[in-house]
Amino acid sequence: MDSFLADADALLTKASLSPDQKIRIRHALHNLPVPTPAPIPTARNGPAAPAMSSEVVSDNPYSRLMALKRMGIVSNYERIRSLTVAVVGVGGVGSVAAEMLTRCGIGKLILFDYDKVELANMNRLFFRPEQSGLSKVSAATQTLRNINPDVVFDAHNYDITSLDNFDHFLNLLSTGGLADSPVDLVLSCVDNFAARNTINAACNELSQTWIESGVSEDAVSGHIQLIVPGRLACFSCAPPLVVASDIDEKTLKREGVCAASLPTTMGIVAGMLIQATLKRLLGFGHVSDYLGYSAMKDFFPTMTLKPNPACDDSWCVKRQAEERERMAKEEARRKLHKEEEMHPDNEWGISVVDDAAGDPPVAAKSKQAAVAKGLEYAYEERTVEEADEDERVKDTGADLEDLMSQLKGL
Amino acid sequence: MDEGTKSTVSKLPLLTVRASPRDKEAWTARLKEELTALIQYVKLNKEQDKDWFHVECNKTGTRWNGKCWYYYEQIRYEFDLEFEIPVTYPTSAPELKLPQLEGLTSKMYRGGKICQTIHFQPLWAKNVPRFGIAHSLALSLGPWLAAEIPDLVGRGVIDSFKK
Repeated sequence: MDSFLADADALLTKASLSPDQKIRIRHALHNLPVPTPAPIPTARNGPAAPAMSSEVVSDNPYSRLMALKRMGIVSNYERIRSLTVAVVGVGGVGSVAAEMLTRCGIGKLILFDYDKVELANMNRLFFRPEQSGLSKVSAATQTLRNINPDVVFDAHNYDITSLDNFDHFLNLLSTGGLADSPVDLVLSCVDNFAARNTINAACNELSQTWIESGVSEDAVSGHIQLIVPGRLACFSCAPPLVVASDIDEKTLKREGVCAASLPTTMGIVAGMLIQATLKRLLGFGHVSDYLGYSAMKDFFPTMTLKPNPACDDSWCVKRQAEERERMAKEEARRKLHKEEEMHPDNEWGISVVDDAAGDPPVAAKSKQAAVAKGLEYAYEERTVEEADEDERVKDTGADLEDLMSQLKGL
Repeated sequence: MDEGTKSTVSKLPLLTVRASPRDKEAWTARLKEELTALIQYVKLNKEQDKDWFHVECNKTGTRWNGKCWYYYEQIRYEFDLEFEIPVTYPTSAPELKLPQLEGLTSKMYRGGKICQTIHFQPLWAKNVPRFGIAHSLALSLGPWLAAEIPDLVGRGVIDSFKK
């Protein structure tokens, strides 16, 4: 019976039926009550949502959030209504992250994913079996809009690594904010190297702050990494920094599987990600530049990675130059300010010195041994040596079309 | 990496231009290198009677498609092959797709993207911009077919791909 259901599910996923029809058939198959479509409130255009009330009554969805103000944790919680966050990848981490922001009353969410919901996703949070077959972004928008209709949703069902979509993606990040402004933060919740590289390239080009997140393929560690172009290491500055697995690759059995996943690890990483997002956007607490999580050891390593002056991404190098200029100006301004402010009869020359918080920053790629305890690079540093002359491709003098037809004719 | 793959890769020419399709002129130079290396690879395969794929690209060199095949117990199994050049190429390797095999093996991501071994990405990253499409076929699709086809045949799910 089980294999019959699995076969039927597989057939249904491929069948050319509307998502709604698929949901109804799937429900009948699995003996689930057929859902009555919930009324989906229409999206608001622009920040026309009602102001957040801090009244403590049972029908105010924001009362416990506004209590953060009364308790002195956040000075201006309502600011969240004016903010836009782009979530790239709406899978095990991204969907939960989007739900957290929705419940927190974020102004606008822009979602990107090209994948569909499958029954194989049900070991993670958020998506429900009856949504299988729907695109992840439309299933997510449906659920999230029901949870909080005050949020503006903008969903995009495409692959950002594809050349056809990249300009659209860049444009949305730079103008998708509520006031046609750049988005306030980009969250990377993707599961592959090419997509991370794409977000990195876009954010370096736009000078857009983003937070990268990741869960290991063995499902027992994860991390988040704040990336401020020019100020902190970008994704191209060094090999990816990951939590040291301490699991011998030889004993890890990979036959017949691509990746494992757990709702726990994904939920924890999503929680770390949105905690950092709220702290950064609403200005409370300290945001670690890198925060890892090892499930095996209950260990949360942190560190700071400075950009690599020889980064492969030319936009990153430009952003670093801008940052140095900004720092120099800031330093000059502070000196001037200090001289003016200095009390004239301060005969001992006492002044307040900045207290550098946390561990000393490490320049990306400076030395592999220099990473914080419990962290490691995903692979060793690359050597950017040029190929020897005799190993290189030889120019045969043929033009592009010649070469194309040559290859085709082989 | 097995010895066969190692020796094949060592015979492929290395590329020099770091460019993606977003870099108009530099991309043309890169594309010429890609095509030259691929032609050399296919010729090498034919000489050794080990021809195992055929690819061609669109005018801009951004989309590629063709066929790949694998002999197992004297039977040839043949599949459609396609891939796109990603925006951040060559930093990101192309993701090779065998769309017809989607759903038939767990060593695959959505859309039929093959699941590369953990050794591929580090090796690729270390060799940017020297590795190109030819190297990615040799290093990721070749070993993938060698590992997965016997399993797929054993499970009797690819009978329809016999040639």
